[in-house]
Amino acid sequence: MIKNISNLGDSALYCDFGNDVDQKTNFKVIKYFENIKKQNIEGITNLTPSYNKLIISFDLNIVNFTELKKKIEDIKISENNIKENQKIIKIPTCCDDEFALDIERLSSKLNLTKKEILEKYFNKEYFCYMTGFIAGMPFLGDIDKKIRLERLETPRVKVPKGAVGITEQFANIYTFESPGGWNILGSTPTKIFNQANEKHPTLICPGDKVLFYEINKKEYFKINENK
Amino acid sequence: MKINKITVLREGVNSTFQDLGRGNLYHIGLPFSGAMDKRNYLIANKLVGNKHNEAVIEFAYQGPLIKIEDGNINFAISGDVKFNLKKNGKLITGDCYKNYNLSKNDEIDIISTNNSVYGYFAVSGGFELKKNFGSFSTHVRSNVGANDGHKISKNENFFIKDFENKNINKNLKYTNSKIEYIRILKGTNFDFFLEKSIKELTSKEFLVSKLSDRMGMRLQGPKIKNLKETNIRSEGIIKGVIQVPADGNPIIMLSDHGTIGGYPKIAVVISADYDRLIQIPSGKKIKFKLIELKEAEKLYKLYQMETENLLNQI
Repeated sequence: MIKNISNLGDSALYCDFGNDVDQKTNFKVIKYFENIKKQNIEGITNLTPSYNKLIISFDLNIVNFTELKKKIEDIKISENNIKENQKIIKIPTCCDDEFALDIERLSSKLNLTKKEILEKYFNKEYFCYMTGFIAGMPFLGDIDKKIRLERLETPRVKVPKGAVGITEQFANIYTFESPGGWNILGSTPTKIFNQANEKHPTLICPGDKVLFYEINKKEYFKINENK
Repeated sequence: MKINKITVLREGVNSTFQDLGRGNLYHIGLPFSGAMDKRNYLIANKLVGNKHNEAVIEFAYQGPLIKIEDGNINFAISGDVKFNLKKNGKLITGDCYKNYNLSKNDEIDIISTNNSVYGYFAVSGGFELKKNFGSFSTHVRSNVGANDGHKISKNENFFIKDFENKNINKNLKYTNSKIEYIRILKGTNFDFFLEKSIKELTSKEFLVSKLSDRMGMRLQGPKIKNLKETNIRSEGIIKGVIQVPADGNPIIMLSDHGTIGGYPKIAVVISADYDRLIQIPSGKKIKFKLIELKEAEKLYKLYQMETENLLNQI
């Protein structure tokens, strides 16, 4: 199922599952991720699953690229379907001008009004492909074809915590203040990542379904868990 | 039991508790973190007789001003660092890679790093801290790690575990080595870029921008031109990856990097050169040299051996 394994630097394997970004490809990545994690292969220090890639970091003191590549190639995984996750997580979002930092850029580049963009955004259930970039950030898809846009050319040095953004076919939530290049259209007052809960620190996990719903500024500050 | 307590009178710049970092959490968005300069981190702990994974204070450019509030401490500072001690009211110029014993009301003023970025402050016994996800390392952006995931701040107090051997007197003769080139391997999107740009990456100088921190190092130099796509599908990153966003200014991912990124990867800094890369201060210039994987593996073994030799001398 892995199409190609190459090296990323001297201490990571870059496993390529192709270029498709869909749930089927993503499931394969997750299967490998879970299988390799369970095997506790000596030398592996970290795993990063994404839409269609899996990066395997290793300790160069214990194993090297050629040795580990062989081990990963020998793993056989059946093509059984993974059960779809039925959990739906609802995320309140405020799109007041104070939070919708890139709504004008979106509006002019997409040739849609703010109202039209938000209608399309809220009217859809999303699938969580992966979490990361910053702790707990969910990569959700797919958004309506009419509201897809590239990242900002120069990423922001600081995107505020709670910001909800879109780029290409995806949506996400900035779980912490962070640099980033997504088009910001609102903010959620809900805490997504809880570092005190070491067993289940993330509210949204790969495979979960997510539905955003709009709230006003007053409701936003009433809930605000991101202070 | 005696209490050993310190107060932070000045926090310094980006002062955090660090150890060897935490693995196996990339998939939820937590990077390894840990001491930026592993070699100097290990040396600092060894000098004060600690196990290799005890938390130390890492600082950038300027360190904290610390007062011994109660009890006594034995400490060492590693890196290329200028610092003073106030012992029994007397001012002493401090030397790196050497042990010092201080008592109540004494002070340590970590003034600055010399032509480098990071320094390390280790105490015998280690600090009384709570681990988070198996490590003390502070990841400020996700508030994970010791000290509730925050930088060390002014007027904070920290306790130091009681240490048995009060007469540790170790030192190491060592000068931090500089290298002419930072060596890199081809990245997974190497062929996205204009040949001329690749040549420039490996022949021209790049300036380390002020917007550099534990997360990334932003570079300025000849603009790197992308022929194919300026965005890729978001995928995993590792430290040392050199990404090039649409504006053509490369960014090197460092220990606190975002775990996933959507900019093409032109190259990756080899593991052997990482400790030296992160010590290059903003305003200085970097030159890169492209090498092959086998050579990178060999250079890493050499670098590790050198580190082991240094640790064995303590």
